[in-house]
Amino acid sequence: MLQYGLTFDDVFETNRMIEEANLDVRTITMGIGLLDCCDPDPAVLRRKVYDKITRKAENLVRVGEIISERYGIPIVNKRISITPAALVAASCEDPQYPEFARTLDQAAKDVGVNFIGGFSALVQKGMTRSDRLLIESIPDAIASTDTVCSSVNVGTSRSGINMDAVSLLGRKIRDLAEKTADRDSIGCAKLVVFCNAPDDNPFMAGAFHGVGEADTVINVGVSGPGVVRSALKGVRGENFEVLCETIKKTAFKITRVGQLVAQEAARMLDVPFGIIDLSLAPTPAVGDSIAEIFREMGLEYAGAPGTTAALAILNDQVKKGGLMASSFVGGLSGAFIPVSEDRGMVEAAEAGSLTIEKLEAMTCVCSVGLDMIAIPGDTPASSISGIIADEMAIGMVNSKTTAVRVIPVWGKTVGEHAEFGGLLGSAPIIGVNPYSCQEFIDRGGRIPAPVHSYKN
Amino acid sequence: MKGIITVVGEDHVGIIAGICTLLAESNVNVLDISQSITGGYFHMMMVVDMEQSDEVFHTLDMKLTECGKQLGVQVKLQSDTIFRSMHRI
Repeated sequence: MLQYGLTFDDVFETNRMIEEANLDVRTITMGIGLLDCCDPDPAVLRRKVYDKITRKAENLVRVGEIISERYGIPIVNKRISITPAALVAASCEDPQYPEFARTLDQAAKDVGVNFIGGFSALVQKGMTRSDRLLIESIPDAIASTDTVCSSVNVGTSRSGINMDAVSLLGRKIRDLAEKTADRDSIGCAKLVVFCNAPDDNPFMAGAFHGVGEADTVINVGVSGPGVVRSALKGVRGENFEVLCETIKKTAFKITRVGQLVAQEAARMLDVPFGIIDLSLAPTPAVGDSIAEIFREMGLEYAGAPGTTAALAILNDQVKKGGLMASSFVGGLSGAFIPVSEDRGMVEAAEAGSLTIEKLEAMTCVCSVGLDMIAIPGDTPASSISGIIADEMAIGMVNSKTTAVRVIPVWGKTVGEHAEFGGLLGSAPIIGVNPYSCQEFIDRGGRIPAPVHSYKN
Repeated sequence: MKGIITVVGEDHVGIIAGICTLLAESNVNVLDISQSITGGYFHMMMVVDMEQSDEVFHTLDMKLTECGKQLGVQVKLQSDTIFRSMHRI
């Protein structure tokens, strides 16, 4: 077989990764710029937006299926990200945001994608009228749609944190939880609050198409926690050098598949290839778990002492292996630690090993942040804002992306479970520190950007 | 593009014959075959010449899957590019 450049072992190794270790391409996301749709009439704007999305993404799902068949690898999601809606609809006196969201939902359904991201605003330094109207409309917009995902960037390392927006979002997250109370407040799973949000993230719920991007672009998110775990099974008891090398080599192989799929999708759709996002994204499937990688590394449960170090190793080695495998790396690129979407994390939370405080520490060394965490439905808005402020501060000071996607599960409290279904999974409700930060949040205004010299 | 056909399943008489008959009927040329039997399990990998067309690929893939079902083995057709990308720099 060598004259064809392949060995028997190579071929069966790849197929074992796909069949036994859940190797897949998590998402092909088409970023679509909508600034050319701006119009003072909100109805005309919506028609232009619908037309552009359905025209550009017409073949996205079909192309994903062809590539999946040709290479024999599942491509789990096909998705769309758009220019932050608050910029697109700023041209309207009355943007009619809930109606705008329903138009996005219809366009997404008509082209067959499962999520559309970009019902978003970038407000790190201040809110325009359009930004504020969008944030105010989030509960109605998300509760009345199925596929629309929303995100708000409230801080950056260069601009500081907009605490007015943080305070407003604490209240809006509660409103959204109440509006979707009949489904364990699932609406909150589609809203992410960011610090240093990337412009080219293909993963939901935080995907949007940044203003510095080309008109249309293909970004691909790879995955493969199961593949890393299964590779680590082969090096039990070995030292950290061997552990790191094994993760790095596995990440390289996973990313090469993502690069191939991204190039092929870009070619077939005649759209530029943007980036590969190197993230290890878990799913509720058995074996497709970041927490199970920690177990394989030698921790009894995620959250045990050593977890932050284990995550730091994992995150860094995934980047080191993946960077050489792709010509353009971007997005979030690291290990995701959503609780409800990861069976091992759920088990750790049920065992009492995971607390919000430990998860917060873990977010200092991985991509993203406090993700898919079910908290009591009676958590005050100010405490949600306080959780957001803490997480944004970590991102701002450390010049990294951080995010908060917490779900105050309406009518439920610690000891009960929230069921979201599908890829969103289920989670035990984790307690929040009961002491108040109301007066801190009520101060309003901005937190100035931090000093970036004299780091220690 | 070259296609890689992999066959995995319990060993019995006629697996190679079944697959190769289908390939001959479909006018697909076999370039190389490699196989092993480990613990009673049959593993085979074939390199075949493939048309570029997605339709041809799709049809052959369907036929091979069906043939595999009849033979009681798992048959997969994939473009060789995925393996080359993953294992060669």
